[in-house]
Amino acid sequence: MTTPESISPAVPQEPRDARDRDLIARILGGERELFHDLVRPYEKSVYFAAYSLLQNEQDAEDVAQEAVLRALKHLHTFRAEAKFSTWLVSIALNEARGRLRHNRLIDFESVDEVREEESGDFTPAVISDWREVPSDALERKELRELLRSAIAKLPEIYREVLVLRDVQEFNIAETAAALGLTEGVVKTRLLRARLMMQKELAPKLNTGRSGLLSLFRLQTRGSWF
Amino acid sequence: MVLECKHVWKQISNYIDGSVPLELRDSIETHLANCRHCAAVLDSTRNILVLVADERTFEIPVGYSERLHARLQEEMGV
Repeated sequence: MTTPESISPAVPQEPRDARDRDLIARILGGERELFHDLVRPYEKSVYFAAYSLLQNEQDAEDVAQEAVLRALKHLHTFRAEAKFSTWLVSIALNEARGRLRHNRLIDFESVDEVREEESGDFTPAVISDWREVPSDALERKELRELLRSAIAKLPEIYREVLVLRDVQEFNIAETAAALGLTEGVVKTRLLRARLMMQKELAPKLNTGRSGLLSLFRLQTRGSWF
Repeated sequence: MVLECKHVWKQISNYIDGSVPLELRDSIETHLANCRHCAAVLDSTRNILVLVADERTFEIPVGYSERLHARLQEEMGV
């Protein structure tokens, strides 16, 4: 069983914030080459933020590049009291939303429809026991695809929160800052996103006879391998 | 405080994050010790989150970082 600490950010944030402030001051002072070092720790987060909305690798990479270039161009507008990481990710999310609108994949009406779901009631899949799926089972392509598919099925407002908090391991405050939401809204959406994931995946991953992956277990004599 | 299952589900995300008040946490743990269904819901949710956070689940496209920094270098005109 995991502990809450195991899904917290692995890197202490305070030293990184101080490092970022120092780098930003030097970049704005003329050492522009240091911008590479400034963005490097966050370039994965930028990509995943874009991917969480676009669900397409090429579009996500294009948007990530545009977001980083925009951050370079507008670095002088960055406010020191904010975190550079959340500012950069919020730029990526805005770029991604702009591209979605441009592609006509969503419109304001569809966003409003999803927002109404916030008043709905969400329940988990009620199961009577759980046999842990070890992380090494991720070597199986079927499991990785099942997880990606479950995230892709989440409504956008829940997917973006889950990706920042649980894939990128931002804390609640950072997730809220990047999305321009209150921490309360982030917590509510995170609860629903997590329960939706459990509801979608637990029956498939569990040891029940009808579980999709139990087929793989049977093929390998009850093991994940 | 005696909790029903639906009350535990509503707190399960905050409980996983370790952000429920102490008294409520005790009540949740009392419920979990006596309700195998809620214990299984908690264990499965935690397990799924660990799998989702694993870097093998989502991969960055090969060459992403190199292309990003090459574009940046081009933009900086160095």
